[in-house]
Formats: sequence, structure tokens, C-alpha cells
Amino acid sequence: MNEIMHAPGQRLNGSEIFFECLRREHVEYIFGYPGGALLKVYETLYDVKDINHILVRHEQGATHMAEGYARATGKAGVVLVTSGPGATNTVTGITNAYMDSSPLVVFTGQVPSSLIGNDAFQEADIVGITRPITKHNFLVKDVRELAATIRKAFYLATNGRPGPVLVDMPKDVLNAECIFEWPETVDIRGFKPTIKCHLNQVEKAAKIIAKAKRPLLYVGGGVISADASAELRRIAIEQNIPVTMTLQGLGAFPGDHPLSMGMLGMHGTYWANQAVNSCDVLIAVGARFDDRVTGKVETFAQQAFKIHNDIDPTNVDKNVKVDLPVVGDAKHFLSTLLKELPKTREDRSQWLAEIRTWQEQCPLSYTIDDTSLKTEFVIDEISKQTGGHAVIVTDVGQHQMWTAQYYRFTEPRSIITSGGLGTMGYGLPATIGAAFGIKDRPVITICGDGGLMMNIQELVTAVYYKLPIKIFLINNSYLGMVRQWQELFHKEKYSFTDLSTSNPDFVRLAEAFGCKACGADNPETARNAIREALSYHEGPMLVDFRVVKKDMVFPMVPAGASISDMLLARLNPKTMV
Amino acid sequence: MKHIISVLVENKFGTLNRVASMFSARGFNLESISIGETEDSEVSRMTIVTRGDDRIISQILKQLNRLIDTIKVIDLTRQPHVERELLLMTLKLTKTTQHEIFELINVFKGKVVDIKQKSITIEVIGSPDKINTTIDIFRPFGIRELARSGAVAIHRGES
Repeated sequence: MNEIMHAPGQRLNGSEIFFECLRREHVEYIFGYPGGALLKVYETLYDVKDINHILVRHEQGATHMAEGYARATGKAGVVLVTSGPGATNTVTGITNAYMDSSPLVVFTGQVPSSLIGNDAFQEADIVGITRPITKHNFLVKDVRELAATIRKAFYLATNGRPGPVLVDMPKDVLNAECIFEWPETVDIRGFKPTIKCHLNQVEKAAKIIAKAKRPLLYVGGGVISADASAELRRIAIEQNIPVTMTLQGLGAFPGDHPLSMGMLGMHGTYWANQAVNSCDVLIAVGARFDDRVTGKVETFAQQAFKIHNDIDPTNVDKNVKVDLPVVGDAKHFLSTLLKELPKTREDRSQWLAEIRTWQEQCPLSYTIDDTSLKTEFVIDEISKQTGGHAVIVTDVGQHQMWTAQYYRFTEPRSIITSGGLGTMGYGLPATIGAAFGIKDRPVITICGDGGLMMNIQELVTAVYYKLPIKIFLINNSYLGMVRQWQELFHKEKYSFTDLSTSNPDFVRLAEAFGCKACGADNPETARNAIREALSYHEGPMLVDFRVVKKDMVFPMVPAGASISDMLLARLNPKTMV
Repeated sequence: MKHIISVLVENKFGTLNRVASMFSARGFNLESISIGETEDSEVSRMTIVTRGDDRIISQILKQLNRLIDTIKVIDLTRQPHVERELLLMTLKLTKTTQHEIFELINVFKGKVVDIKQKSITIEVIGSPDKINTTIDIFRPFGIRELARSGAVAIHRGES
């Protein structure tokens, strides 16, 4: 529990007010890096005992950690960085959080107000730079506005569709004093998100769903951020409706349930995509019809009556024209729908049988032999050994898609991944952030050799804080997904994607950071390495899985193609090694 | 189709930038944008002229609404409204054209705001269409410079 050190009404300086506000927002962790513009804040922080400051090694790492923490816990992640380069280093992480709707509050130091606009040392117009990538941002011009601004920042980040908010704090504002006042309520006249769905629309949706013979639930990250998995489960099971999930929606419905179709879209399952093509009613909940999901929009669920629930009205009719929009919170939508749906429903066994046939025709499968290692096997094995109960954080690329396909996510908030922006380098720091929030389950990163190197400096952070994270490195010595596209669509010109001659020895690299590490290159050693890592709790452990180099992720819908035109396997087996 | 949208926003620094950069980031057309304080000094009114089909206009309206500094968005296009633009234009002036120029200024209910030996600056107020016509008609006399305010608009009657 945070203890309140200063009561409102006392005269405090800006940096003291800053920490008072964080206490009142129940902040447990700050992911930060000090610097000139923030010296006053770090001076105050020296004596703050009830908020944990996590020292990162690069500000991008701080933003991904804060996002990993936010996605794992549902609370806002907090970042504290200095002006200029400290602030600009957060841009990728903020954009990532914006694209994936993660609640983040980023505090940046700024040069003194009197110097703003003078190209001062370590000055950057971070409010201008981050305007298009934040839900909202603020420059605090007067210490008397600081507390109210911080209050608004947390409110905006966590209410409605979550997102990142940035607060820029000039040095003189942090030094100046005023009477500390904490606003108990927030009222922003331009921000009134629609939480409750229009009852008429939900009633209409219920009528249509009740009559549907081939309905399909298509759910995204909105169900998880609205904490609506229980409602989703009830609707799907009571109504016998199959569920397909987006990358961010995985875990919203248990992956081991017979009604789970797994992921849809570019690397989705054959049967999920076939179900999209053949359903008569598509119920999209907290999903935004992203191009990686729809493929060619004109042919996406062409015959279906489309119902779309989203908290953000701009998502409605943005990519795909829908027949029945229902704006509002996913939890409110699903719980109201539950009440409105009749207990008697259409017999859907034929529809489910049809889906099962597709599943039998083209299941997800892989082959193994004793002497080489396949990524699918590694992920399958991680899934089995953790029973689907770990928090899995991925980086971006082939391993990410294989994780989505082969790990059986059974609970919400168990996959943390960069979906919208596709940020390589996200995995390791996001895992660290998640590990601060989650202590009772293993927190695992599954990452590639390209992405791991993009934020490898954060291994220091994991080692220093003795975080028992597992770094499962899927090392194929290639930028595998780019290589895959080069093979399929770019005349096999493997331009700058072969890392085999330049990659470091990852085991020795990890050891140099003080991190336990081992390698594995066949199913037996891999299985043992996973077991060893899962039972090691004294700090991070890296396993370098040296997997086959030229494997490809299938099924695959080529970009812009209809999802009915899936590639199910490699066209030219000669290119496989 | 052309749309004229009136947006009430918080009168804060950066608001114009938020709106303008949203248009450019999402590839929306922005024909003109004008902004000024309203009767409430904390609120500014923006008038935006844009083009797009129904789907795009609906996205524009929703995206405008999504900005935190936006208080109210009204698409005036299909509602009774008054729309005006100000044109300031400097023309070449010669003995032979002088008479005709003055006559046309009267036709367009314009005003002379500055006059020199060889040039004349006029102001004309009207709908953007009228301003377009004005410019076309005066073009043969030789336009030295011109400035348009962009449209401003307001509801007609009680809203």
C-alpha cells in the first residue's frame, strides 16, 4: 500500500507534487532513466520508498516495460524520462502502445519554460512529436496545473479505449512551489466515451444472433481490456457459437475449448478463415478489422451479416462496412447480449461439424526428427510444460505467429505482443515489465535472434532485479519473416536477412550480462532446457534454441489476397533445408 | 462531395495542429481551415471545408470527435447555415481598366481598401463560390496578389 506522505493543502515543489500524484494513482512501478531536466525529480525520488523506480538501460526499453506491465495487469504503465533524446527514445514505445491500445502515462522532463523554442541543450518538441501517437498529451506550463494534469493523464489513459498519454514537465515547473491540491474528480468536456451500448442495437443483435445458423464470434483485444472474457465464454458456450480470435484477442476464450477456432487472418488457422468465409452472422467484439485479419476487405465475410461492437466509434465502418454497429464497452455489450439472447437457439451442430471437417483437412501440424529442432515443437513443448498458464510475451516475426498458432492460451492477459506496430525489440523489455506485475505465473519471452538484439541492453535490467523470466530465443540466424516474404514474393533474393555470420554467441553474450544460459538444438535437449528454465527462479535464464534455418509459417494469406486464397504449404520444397 | 464542418474546440495551444495533423496523417482532404475565439474565450470555433464520400466524411466526423480537445462537431452541409469567406486582392490598375474595375467592384459588393497609382486592393466577402467567381472575373486585369481567409460558417437561426 502506498502511504500518503503529504496531505493536500501543503506547500510543495513540483517534483514532490509529482510523487504525491503517483501515490494517489496507486502507482507501484516507474520505468525510468534520469537526466538533466529531471534532476529535481530524482532528488525527491532518492527518499521515496513506497514507489519502485526501475532503472532501464534505454528509454525505449522503459516504454515497452511499462506496456508489458500494463497489459499483464490492466493498470497504467508509467514511464519517466528526461528531455530531448530521453523523450525521443520513447517514440517507438509510445506508438506501439497507441496502436495496441495500452494504457501508458509517459512523463518527460523538458528544458526550462524560458528556454523552450530556443533550440536549448537537450530540447525536443516532444509534445509536437507525439501528438499523432498519443491519445492526448500535455505540456505543463505552471506548477499549479501539475496535479490536475497528472490526474487527467491517468484518467485518459485508462478510460474508454485505453492508450498512451504524455505529460511534458519543464524543469522550472518541477522546481517551483505551490499549494498542493488533488482534484477528486475529473471532468474533461471533450472526453465522454460511450461505455453503455444502445439497448436497441443490442436487442437487434440478439434477434439476429438467435436466428443465425452459422454464426461466428470474432474477438479482439477489446474483450481483454474490458475484462469481458467470462461473458464471452458464457455466450459462446450457451449459444454454441465458435470463437476466432485476433492476435491480441488470444486468451479471451480458452484455446483448448472445442469452440475455439484459434487465430484468424494472415497466419490464422485454415478452419477459422474458412469459417469467416462461410458464416452467416459475424459478431466482431473489440476487434478492428485490421488488414492482417481481413486480407482483401471486399471478400471478407462476404455473405455474413456483420455486427460490430467497439468502444471507439472510429473503428466502426473504418475498414469494413458493417450492418449493425454497437458502440460501447465489450463487457457491457456481452453482458447485455446475454440477457437479451433467448435460451432456445438454432441447432448449430451441422455448422460445427463443417468446421471440424476443415480442421481435419488442414490441421496445424509439423514433423520432428531427432537431429534438428523445429520452432513449432519448441512452442508446443512450452505450451505443454506450462499447461497454457504462463504469461507469454513475444517479439515480432515468425516465432510470434508460431506462438499464436501453437501455444494454447487459456486465460486472458496471457499473451503480450506487438500487434499493430509490429515492433521488433519489444519482447525482452515487455517481458521484464510483465514480470514486475505478475509474480505467481512464469513470465516467458519467445523471441527471435533479430529482435532480441534490438533491445538486448535490457538484459542488464532483468539480471539486476533478479527477475525469473525465461528468454526462449528462437534462433534461426535469419530475419525469418522477411526471408519468408523474400522467398515467396521477391524472387528468392535474400537481401540482408542472413544473420548467421554476424550473430553473437547468445549463450556467452547472456553470460556476460550475468544471465544463466544454455543452448539446445534437438527435441531432447530442448525439452530438458525448457524444464530447467521453468524450475529456475533465482534470475533470468536464456535458452538459445538453434532451430532449422529456412522454415516458413503456414498457412499464409498473401498480403491483399482474399482469405480464401491461403497458401497451405511451401510451393517449392527444394528451398527447404 | 464538399462538406463544411464546424468544430468547437478547447482554446489551447496546439489544438489547430492536432486537427490539421489528424487530416494529414489519415490522408483526408483539407480544403480550408479557419479558427477563431468564440463568445466563450475558452472555446474556439474551427470551420473546415473538406471533400469525400459518405464513408470518408463519417470517418472525418468521428476522428474529429475522438480528439480530446474537441467539444462538438457539426456537419453543416445539409443543415441551414451561412457560409462566408473574405478575399483581399491587389490588381494592376491602368487608365483603361480603371472604369471597368470599379464597376465590377460594385457588382460584387466589394470595397476598395487601398489604392495606388498602378494598383488597387479590394475586399470581397461572400460564399467560397462567389469568391471563386470574383477571382475568375478579375483575373484578366492582372492579379498581383491575393489572400483568402478560408470559409467560416454558422448555423442559421436557432440550433
